[in-house]
Amino acid sequence: MEQQQLIPHLFRSEYRKIVSVLCRRFGFDEMEIAEDIASETFLTAAQTWGFNGLPQNPVAWLYRVAKNKAKNYLQRNLTFETKVAPQVKSNFSECCETEIDLSPQNISDSQLQMMFAICHPSIPPEAQVGLSLRILCGFGIDEIAEAFLSNKETINKRLYRAREKLREEKIKIELPTPAEIDKRLDAVLTTIYLLFNEGYYSISQNQVLRQDLCFEAIRLCQMLADNEHTNKPPVNALLALMYFHASRFDARVNETGEIILYDDQDTSLWNADMTLKGGYYLNRSAVGSTLSKYHLEASIAYWSTQRADTKEKWENILQLYNRYLQVAYSPVAALNRTYALAKANSKEEAIVEAEKLNLTDNQFYFALLGELYTGIDNLKAKTNFQNALAIARTTADKKIIQKKIEEFE
Amino acid sequence: MRHEDGTKIASPEQMQIWMKQTMDWIGSIAAQNKFVSGTGLPFDDARVVHSNKMVTNGPFGEIKETIGGFIVVRAESADEAVEFAKGCPVLQGEGNTMEVRRIAKNDGTH
Repeated sequence: MEQQQLIPHLFRSEYRKIVSVLCRRFGFDEMEIAEDIASETFLTAAQTWGFNGLPQNPVAWLYRVAKNKAKNYLQRNLTFETKVAPQVKSNFSECCETEIDLSPQNISDSQLQMMFAICHPSIPPEAQVGLSLRILCGFGIDEIAEAFLSNKETINKRLYRAREKLREEKIKIELPTPAEIDKRLDAVLTTIYLLFNEGYYSISQNQVLRQDLCFEAIRLCQMLADNEHTNKPPVNALLALMYFHASRFDARVNETGEIILYDDQDTSLWNADMTLKGGYYLNRSAVGSTLSKYHLEASIAYWSTQRADTKEKWENILQLYNRYLQVAYSPVAALNRTYALAKANSKEEAIVEAEKLNLTDNQFYFALLGELYTGIDNLKAKTNFQNALAIARTTADKKIIQKKIEEFE
Repeated sequence: MRHEDGTKIASPEQMQIWMKQTMDWIGSIAAQNKFVSGTGLPFDDARVVHSNKMVTNGPFGEIKETIGGFIVVRAESADEAVEFAKGCPVLQGEGNTMEVRRIAKNDGTH
């Protein structure tokens, strides 16, 4: 790999590891310093490698430089603390230890602990996702801003407030106790799924960035599945769910960035390897007695990997949505359930049910009614698509709805 | 959900149809975000506790009606709850009834 490509690549894979280890060592009080040291390490790399060429083992080089910078910092701090302010220091023995442990085991432990710390219930979900992208995924502020369709200032402020909150709440970087893991895991999984959805459904046009978001979410979830303390059924179910969805990545957008609807997708572009992985983790999730919403969603996503439009498929999807809505209502799930009802039972029955939903501020509600009325009452179908168009937000959505309307002309 | 005769045996095929209808009915209520909780009440391991504290394993045959299950919904009014009840597949059985009752605690669920 060329040096110009290597540094951004290493930044993405190594920055987060260095930050997690340093943060865990320093605590959230000195989180910015941990981030600064990690950033400076890459700056030093860019300068030094430019002059001297690539070191033999770039990763080891980065770790060594990061360790030295951290040690220098701790040493300076120690001098200050022992000579200038001995009375405020409570953890002397820890402060004397300036060795930084960048072993694979400690890196992985630190990242997991960091995940739980960032996904603390006291941090707003949006900030959790932002911090996760920065600290756990090594995203630049520019990239985070683009993913959220926001600007750098807003993202910086949001991250600043989130870091403040971590300090105020005195959140510790540690794994919750076994008794608490299940409860805290919920918030972690929610953030990971938000991160995934940010990539999967985001309105950002940057395809590469969107896929990166999804793969980062999968990577974080994979870390949970690979650790014996956090390898719980809902973790495996969420992982399965994300693999099933991600399997259609290459098929759902054309060369110009337009969304291709499910029915029009080229199934040869569906990724069979990811579907298999999804199946593997769905099987692994099928233990214990709790059926999480991720189990239900993953099962629905499994059926979506089966293209054949069979009665069996839609009946299964319908029953899964029936159960899903009992544990986790959302307007989107209600609309999807009604579509499945049309496929499994009849359009007529689905129209009656759809109109009960009365989600008149939702473009997909009208789009669904448009679909259902098509072939039954085309005039009503067209009116509904026009209603959908009037409240559609993204250009991609508008294009799709416009096409539907034109079919009636 | 009240069944007039809880001892009737249905064929597995019939049971499957009822099960789907019941699930679709609950799904419809849940899709309107009006489902709170609910369950069927199977007879396995059922007991009857009498006024003299005597406990029997039934028989339920002597009882005119049996309760087959219940559902708690979030309804604006008793009328809305009645509309939900009308859709329940249990009513396909002659003599079966749905009883609509308010939940006593004033905690937002009626």
